Amino acid sequence: MKRFQYLSLFFILLCASCAPAVTTTTAPKLRTLNVFAAASLTDAFTEIGEFFEAANPGIAVTFNFAGSQALRTQIEEGAPADIFASANQKEMDTLITGAFIAQDVSQFFLTNKLVVILPADNPGALQKLEDLAKPGIKLVIAADEVPVGRYARQALDQMNGPFGSNFKDKVLANVVSNEDNVKQVVAKVQLGEADASIVYTSDAVAAPDLKTIEIPAELNMIANYPIAPLANSANADLAATFIDYVLSSAGQAILQKWGFAPAR
Amino acid sequence: MKKVKQFFSQFLHDGHLTWLFILPGALLLALFVLPLFAVFLRASDVNFFRNAFSAQAFKALQLSLLTSSVTTMITILLGTPFAYILARWSFRFKSWVELFVDLPIVLPPSVAGLALLIAFGRRGLFGSVLSVFGISLPFTGAAVVLAQTFVAAPLYVRSARIGFAHVEKQLEEAARVEGANQWQLFYEVMFPLAGRALFSGAILTWTRALGEFGATILFAGNLEGVTQTMPMAIYLGFERNLGIALALSVVLVIVSVFLLMLTRRLEKQGQD
Repeated sequence: MKRFQYLSLFFILLCASCAPAVTTTTAPKLRTLNVFAAASLTDAFTEIGEFFEAANPGIAVTFNFAGSQALRTQIEEGAPADIFASANQKEMDTLITGAFIAQDVSQFFLTNKLVVILPADNPGALQKLEDLAKPGIKLVIAADEVPVGRYARQALDQMNGPFGSNFKDKVLANVVSNEDNVKQVVAKVQLGEADASIVYTSDAVAAPDLKTIEIPAELNMIANYPIAPLANSANADLAATFIDYVLSSAGQAILQKWGFAPAR
Repeated sequence: MKKVKQFFSQFLHDGHLTWLFILPGALLLALFVLPLFAVFLRASDVNFFRNAFSAQAFKALQLSLLTSSVTTMITILLGTPFAYILARWSFRFKSWVELFVDLPIVLPPSVAGLALLIAFGRRGLFGSVLSVFGISLPFTGAAVVLAQTFVAAPLYVRSARIGFAHVEKQLEEAARVEGANQWQLFYEVMFPLAGRALFSGAILTWTRALGEFGATILFAGNLEGVTQTMPMAIYLGFERNLGIALALSVVLVIVSVFLLMLTRRLEKQGQD
């Protein structure tokens, strides 16, 4: 008999867990928009999503934040995305070539640039940009496949000019880990496990506990972020509304608050 | 309740209702087998050997074999006496000790990785003590081994404990009567008799260490040739070069099948 009691308890719990789903059917039908966005957009897009949902009742925005290269692969393998927001044009182009995104629908919606971040107590005692090549310091950066990892290596190429031709090699010799997305990188610096990293200025804004070293404009890289609806999206109308919101002055204001600059 | 039991026992005797047992099993088996089949199918193209023998794949394979072997050796060295204690001695809080030994088996590897980082990271609880000796664990091969040991060693301890516990008490007492000391008893009686359980436990630990991913990526990071093991290369290969990821997956599946067959054979011999 005791077993039966347990069984009935299980069914009660099962029914209870279904209950919320039943009540929502009485409200206007909820539509979900799946937005696949670069990891660096995590804070800004989460806030944009909240404002967008408030302005558009009946629409729920679900975000999938990861490295743009990971999102691109997921889309290629059939993940249900309505919108793709990438941190570089390369991943967008790959999806356009694969006909996942139509020609001429992608548009740039912001720019970002690079900055050096350090833990607040600066365990590696870095004072200036050249110190990235100081032997023995621990750098954690994004992998070469990750947009920010690519931009960082391109910026290091440019630093070879003023800092000596093997500057990039010396810096890369200090790398102890190549992470999968920019937020993982920031987390390792915040934990103090890395002495420094090269990330986006927007990441430094989202992590005010970190110190920064500016990278001068002539050595910096400008990241152009494109956004586009997916060709086979079942929510093309919602996707267009969301992209319009991101490009609107309200959306742009939120992006700038999180350290991004307008597209040019 | 009785009626329900009667109903089911009738089922058991009803030959044409056997599908009620076969169908659920077949569904589950299909879930296990079909994805692996798909991996083999997609991996088998002209580039398979070029991918499987690429420099990155080779480095990852080498590192995986090295770290998992070191992990297994450390586990045997530390885990064998420990398992013996758990099998034969009784002491206060023993059930608590057993609980903490089994805990890593059910713990999500990401929890393990985070916990290791918070404990042994540079800023971790014990990180400052380690740094006095000039030791910094995160992002090193040692971190890979530590993560693997955390996750995989309990499998060996568990298997060895059961192996030791199955050795008959009379044999032990007889050896005692003959005048064997604690070490002789362990080394000449218990160790040979529990040998199969120890060996299959070691292989399980080795296989699990070979496949460790979640704890490693958080605690050891990812650097080719230093901390990038096979599972890591597969995860990152998924985004960069699917061919390498597939080829490495095939290699890992084959190695795992081989090791499992070996343990099953040992278990079977043990029963005879």
